[in-house]
Amino acid sequence: MSENMQLCNVSTNELEQCLKCSICTVYCPVSAVTTAYPGPKHAGPDGERYRLKDPKFFDEKALKLCLNCKRCEVACPHGVKIGDIIQSARIKYTKHCPGLRDFTLANTDLVGGIATKMSPIVNYTLGMKPVKSLMHATIGVDKHREFPKYSAATFESWYKKNAKENQMRFSKNISYFHGCYVNYNFPKLGMDLIKIMNAIGYGVHLLDKEKCCGVALIANGMPKKAARNGERNIAAMQKSVVNGRQIITTSSTCTFTMRDEYEHLLHLDNRVAKDNLSLATRYIYRLVESGEVKLAFRSDYKKTAAYHTACHMEKLGWAVYSVGLLKMIPGLKLEILDSQCCGIGGTYGFKKENYPISQAIGAPLFKCIKELGVDFVSTDCETCKWQIEMSAGVEVLNPISILADALDVEATIELNKKQ
Amino acid sequence: MFSDVFKYSKYKKHYDVIVIGGGATGAGTARDCAMRGLSTLLVERYDFTAGATGRNHGLLHSGARYAVTDSESATECIAENMTLRRIASHCVEEHDGLFISLPEDDLAYQSKFVESCLKAGIRAEVISPQEALRLEPSVNPLLVGAVRVPDGSIDPFRLTISNVLDARRNGADILTYHEVTGLVIDNGRVIGVYLRNNLNGEKLEVRADITVNAAGIWGMLIARMAGATINMFPAKGSLLIFGHRVNNMVINRCRKPANADILVPGDTVCVIGTTSDRVPIETCDDMRVTPAEVDVLLREGAQLAPALATTRILRAYAGVRPLVASDDDPSGRSISRGIVCLDHETRDGIEGFITITGGKLMTYRLMAEIATDMVCKKLNVDKKCETAIVPLPGSDKQKNNVSDLKHTYAFNVRQGRYGSMADTIDDDTETDNSLICECEEVTVGEMKHVIVEQHVDTLTQLRRRTRLGMGTCQGQLCALRAAGLMCILQKNEASKVGVDLAEFINERWKGMYPVGWGATLAEAQLVANIYQGLCGLDKFVK
Repeated sequence: MSENMQLCNVSTNELEQCLKCSICTVYCPVSAVTTAYPGPKHAGPDGERYRLKDPKFFDEKALKLCLNCKRCEVACPHGVKIGDIIQSARIKYTKHCPGLRDFTLANTDLVGGIATKMSPIVNYTLGMKPVKSLMHATIGVDKHREFPKYSAATFESWYKKNAKENQMRFSKNISYFHGCYVNYNFPKLGMDLIKIMNAIGYGVHLLDKEKCCGVALIANGMPKKAARNGERNIAAMQKSVVNGRQIITTSSTCTFTMRDEYEHLLHLDNRVAKDNLSLATRYIYRLVESGEVKLAFRSDYKKTAAYHTACHMEKLGWAVYSVGLLKMIPGLKLEILDSQCCGIGGTYGFKKENYPISQAIGAPLFKCIKELGVDFVSTDCETCKWQIEMSAGVEVLNPISILADALDVEATIELNKKQ
Repeated sequence: MFSDVFKYSKYKKHYDVIVIGGGATGAGTARDCAMRGLSTLLVERYDFTAGATGRNHGLLHSGARYAVTDSESATECIAENMTLRRIASHCVEEHDGLFISLPEDDLAYQSKFVESCLKAGIRAEVISPQEALRLEPSVNPLLVGAVRVPDGSIDPFRLTISNVLDARRNGADILTYHEVTGLVIDNGRVIGVYLRNNLNGEKLEVRADITVNAAGIWGMLIARMAGATINMFPAKGSLLIFGHRVNNMVINRCRKPANADILVPGDTVCVIGTTSDRVPIETCDDMRVTPAEVDVLLREGAQLAPALATTRILRAYAGVRPLVASDDDPSGRSISRGIVCLDHETRDGIEGFITITGGKLMTYRLMAEIATDMVCKKLNVDKKCETAIVPLPGSDKQKNNVSDLKHTYAFNVRQGRYGSMADTIDDDTETDNSLICECEEVTVGEMKHVIVEQHVDTLTQLRRRTRLGMGTCQGQLCALRAAGLMCILQKNEASKVGVDLAEFINERWKGMYPVGWGATLAEAQLVANIYQGLCGLDKFVK
């Protein structure tokens, strides 16, 4: 054999490593509930051979059914980036411009910024049945969906007013990528994080001009805008790292997007994210495990919870950190749910054409949660939260919020001072 | 379920003409004879396209390759190239080809090449290396020159089957799995053939006024049965199939024809070839690709498109060219790749016997025309050849250029495979639309279609008609499904299908073995685990 020939098969997204074993299709949540989707193997590596032959074989209708959960990639025993093959094909071959609905769903930054300014009206209006029916019929947002409430003020504005100054007194510092959900819908989660980090002796700072990570832009056919956001986030992270601050988040999807999708789908050089970006639960777990910080918990905290592994947590392989951290809370009785997709897929489940699929995917999970009868469910993904709250009728909390609630702040500050 | 439509063992005692050989040339000759109103029988010892027809590049030559060295072949090629685009549009992909010069190649050859192409009537347009890279990004970026020519690719399986179908439509009878064991000779005249049914051993004798020997390299053995000697030189050519398309235009090397200097995109794959080595005729029934050949193909192939060095190879295969030495050169040194049509009456004093050989897949139709002209002359039939005008089944309507999103891509694939014949494939029910072969998009409806219409009784035949099992997994998932369907659709016994399945899987392994490393080896191991380990298929191995 000639030198260096055929030592390895190199192909985009490891297309050629596919052995056609079909395990990915077995694990695909969409394939499990509908025959309209050909499954990850067929939409991915199989279809790619045809698309390489002629772009006319790009079957947009079928590929749109992929909710980009990446469970196929987790299942693949041969390292094929099946989800990336499918999403890359959508980016490369689609000819459709996003309509009003997809534009609105995708531009979380823009829409959130407007919605928070008039949140009482927006929240009230979006909750009205006639409005839901109208949106269902006109732009195709499913009428069954409950919209996440918009906050009256953004997390950023709260931070500037109430927290910023206070962060300067810490010797150890961290940057926080809060994401759109914390900023526009649920600032409480960001406050919870600051509470914990401050207690363990870390100052929390915001990035310089954080933009939406872009996950919804990618999913809704706006990869160029996503790449622009990505470039700005990467620059902001670089600046933060230069200042000696690593970056943490409270959203598994934002983290996953910036660590993996920036490189695989948007072809950005995101080494700074790979090396310095982490989920807050992982970051704190590691600090505790290394003995660098200690946590003290309230003795009166008594709750039962079930942990749901979001798809992108499964892909990151980081559920162990969130679960590990929650298990440190003495008063928390924690059940671990089987890792399965809840069906929301970010903005996927909001679209009326996907709604039945979305709910069918999540059905076994909702049933399981209802039967458990826990006080709340915990998950690292905000869209899973919406889906489970709406469909299983149980409150869903981010592990950070649970930790913040269970934490004995004074005792924790004391413990970490002694060191 | 399917009556006797596919039981093609119907034959008469006497024909105007018997054509021996189910390759492109034989099928083309049978079609031509039948179209000219002759009662025709086509006999083939195995399945159609089992010889050299099914073991080549699938290149729709522009003739440019021969322009400098063999202008006659070049002229024939470009004429047939244009004809096939018309009459066999569903078998042809028109994507043009490049002849690239690398730094070690003599650029002076390029001008000679272009001049010769133009002289032969072949469009040859010199383009800049940058333009070549833009048109075909996989091409070696070190190239110093490029010429664009009207190369394309052609599916030899589809082409041959279409000829067979048209022959049948025009009244020809077809006997596959019937091997010629001898010629019936009466007073120095060939008056028929002795046949053995290779499936059940049954022997029969069929008579004809004229017998046409179109058996490729095996034609020299047929001629020997008549007592004639043809100086043939079996030349083995090995090729490699890659897992997906690296290139979308044919890439050739602009130099004197040599080893492994053509890379052809065809269907979902691309093929590099060939080598050329003389082999003994006895080995022609079981060609094996050697490690040295694989090495040459890869090394030279990567010169055309560097990506080949790291692209997964699906399998290796080899065919045998029927090269013929000219009759006036007993030493056999001057070998032509041109068409050889021998009238054994004038040549050897054997009446009623014609051999058509030499040539190429590209010129199969012309070869058929020449042979049929000779048959007609002998039979005093005055009918003009129409095979260059009348389109083949599947190409008889305007190409349905579907990119409609309401269709699945299995639909688009079928349009490509069967042309206008795809309209008759059932796709109304969920079952008919279910995929058997996921790599190559073969549906249940398509399988039913070829079983009825295209002489399919075994999995290997099914593969040749549909591409089932030709994709990435080489039969891992589809073979078992197809075998199950064979039981249901044809009421074949499970034990018979088991043997068929074992043969099919072993044949797939034969092609994977010479390139058994990397993902291909992992694939083969998975196949072995499923079929041998899990299903115990080895008990069916004869």
